[in-house]
Amino acid sequence: MTLHRADTLGGRAAIAGIGATAFSKDSGRSELKLAVDAVHAALDDAGLRPADVDGLVTFTMDTSPEITVAQAAGIGELSFFSRVHYGGGAACATVQQAALAVACGLADVVVCYRAFNERSGRRFGSGVQQREPSAEGAALGWMLPFGLLTPASWVAMAARRYLHTYGLTPEAFGQVAVTDRRHAARNPAAYFYGKPITLADHAASRWIVEPLRLLDCCQETDGGQALVVTSVERARTLRRKPAVITAAAQGAGRAQEQMTSFSRDLTGLPEMGAVARQLWRTAGLAPADIDVAILYDHFTPFVLMQLEEFGFCAPGEAAGFVAADTLPLNTHGGQLGEAYLHGMNGIAEAVRQVRGSSVNQAPGASRVLVTAGTGVPTSGLILGADG
Amino acid sequence: MTGRQDRVRDEAARSDDLYARLRRFEGRPAATAGVGKDPVNLPMIRHWCEAMGDDHPAYRGPDAVAPPTMLQAWTMGGLSGHTDRSPDYDALFALLDGAGYTSVVATDCEQEYLRPLRPGDRITFDAVIESVSDRKTTKLGTGHFVTTRMDVHAGGRLAGTHRFRILKYAPARAGGRPPRAEPPRRPRPVINRDNAGFWDGVAAHTLLIQRCTGCGRLRLPWLPGCVDCGAQEWDTVEAGGAGTVHSYVVMHHPPFPAFDPPYAVALVELAEGVRMVSNVVGVAYDEVRIGMPVRLEFLRVDEELELPVFRAGVAAEGSVATGGGEG
Repeated sequence: MTLHRADTLGGRAAIAGIGATAFSKDSGRSELKLAVDAVHAALDDAGLRPADVDGLVTFTMDTSPEITVAQAAGIGELSFFSRVHYGGGAACATVQQAALAVACGLADVVVCYRAFNERSGRRFGSGVQQREPSAEGAALGWMLPFGLLTPASWVAMAARRYLHTYGLTPEAFGQVAVTDRRHAARNPAAYFYGKPITLADHAASRWIVEPLRLLDCCQETDGGQALVVTSVERARTLRRKPAVITAAAQGAGRAQEQMTSFSRDLTGLPEMGAVARQLWRTAGLAPADIDVAILYDHFTPFVLMQLEEFGFCAPGEAAGFVAADTLPLNTHGGQLGEAYLHGMNGIAEAVRQVRGSSVNQAPGASRVLVTAGTGVPTSGLILGADG
Repeated sequence: MTGRQDRVRDEAARSDDLYARLRRFEGRPAATAGVGKDPVNLPMIRHWCEAMGDDHPAYRGPDAVAPPTMLQAWTMGGLSGHTDRSPDYDALFALLDGAGYTSVVATDCEQEYLRPLRPGDRITFDAVIESVSDRKTTKLGTGHFVTTRMDVHAGGRLAGTHRFRILKYAPARAGGRPPRAEPPRRPRPVINRDNAGFWDGVAAHTLLIQRCTGCGRLRLPWLPGCVDCGAQEWDTVEAGGAGTVHSYVVMHHPPFPAFDPPYAVALVELAEGVRMVSNVVGVAYDEVRIGMPVRLEFLRVDEELELPVFRAGVAAEGSVATGGGEG
């Protein structure tokens, strides 16, 4: 049973620094070097030194261990290090882990990072053809002999049922792609800077896995992103305006699988529903209170389902909700438009919105929702302005 | 007679389909931002000249230039191998290997020299997959020619181009008959102690659903315990074989050796209420629909693997009136 009460973590820690490498298709650097460069950039942003860091958090999927990043970045002893599983579902949970450590006094300054050469190195989109006979491998093993081999295909299975249930066509997913690319077009850090698309472009793009087209799928990116978490009190003494972690939550659904939760109702994301309930409860907020939403967008259909799980609109109505453009959404351009950094670049954008420094700034934004990977056990944050 | 004609037709269709997939690699990178392992240098020039028996004075002394024909040498991976090859190039080779064209022979090379290379020049290079031929039969065997073009830069300026052609082929047997290419194999199921009973059932042409003996809940995929009550005791029930398509996808990209895109993959809800991912047979990939009635059968995929699949449009045997299952 998921929590039925507000937690006591909300409001105790803040993101004090953000830093990223360039987002590219071929970094020319090792994944470790990308991680170290991102960590340094985030510390510079916060006005802190490597020696101030005593905690590091990353994804289980990251190839750069905390101890090696610490060595190569000039960080000394660590009193807290942790990793979160389930691919992109880890993104916001790394910040939750850091906030927990800071709130309990286990560490003073924790840096969360994710870095990879996902385009020039190992490409997730190239699929899976064999797995070891562990519990995780066996779970995916039910799909492999039948040729359901890629993340796009696992999402497409749910997307097809969603369209069927609500009487929609694949064009419904185009609204998300167009919105992301409109924002990316104004973001110089985005790969698709200056390259907006139309609904017609979306509808004309080639099939990847029906009902998903090319423009429903995120990019593949080389890059690194880091976030510095410390107490709200310490953050107030630093260079940047704190982005307070108003609420942080993880969620896994009943009978949850990693991207292949096919035994349940395929039209929703129950794990994100669990995250949503916890965030609303702890923050004491409701959808109408949110100024900007940064929703994980490896594939467009799950952005629609997230809007429905969070209660921004009724089930089946999210495409119309996005088209109406009443909620600033993925203002950095999302992973479709800016970069695929496993959701960590979305958290950085949420921080920029709270600071007032986004290239697509929502005027006066003070409450920003940001989510992590969808279709997997996941996480989310509400970031707020201080005071 | 018709069986043989079908086989010939199938083979031709497979070959056309492979060629279409191979041609998609044309224009894609074979290597991106490669860096020569050594700068242009006198010792390598001297070794080359000695090996070639070329004693031209231009390749010696303080104003030496490198022999133009060394162009490719500056880009080679050496004994430690290439690190610059693109995923596309690897995927093209995997596709050819998977189709049985596992041997390779370099056939010819054309080079253009735009300016001389001198000791100290730093070499970078990019290569593109320029063309893939249709299926050709040579004395060596049957296969496809792959042509790449590499642009070699020194100090950031184009110094030469190197067009290289290979034949990826299945070796001809001594008798001269082209061998039958080994078909690429589908990914294997992942079998462990928790699910081996399911695959034992498949081998016996039954589809076994686990049943919790604590609360009676049916479960598929197999797990050691029950999500409802946590009981670890279970037995199995044999699926009646009736089902409907609950959802489906059509796979287009990327290609996998054992599958011919586009192909459909379905999520089938069995009459018993549990679901499994499988393939629908008996209809084209673009004719699978949600709600389509299907019936279990077993597909022999290769000498090792049989899979439970579902034939479209067949209601439960002799029980159309009952709606195809006990629910």
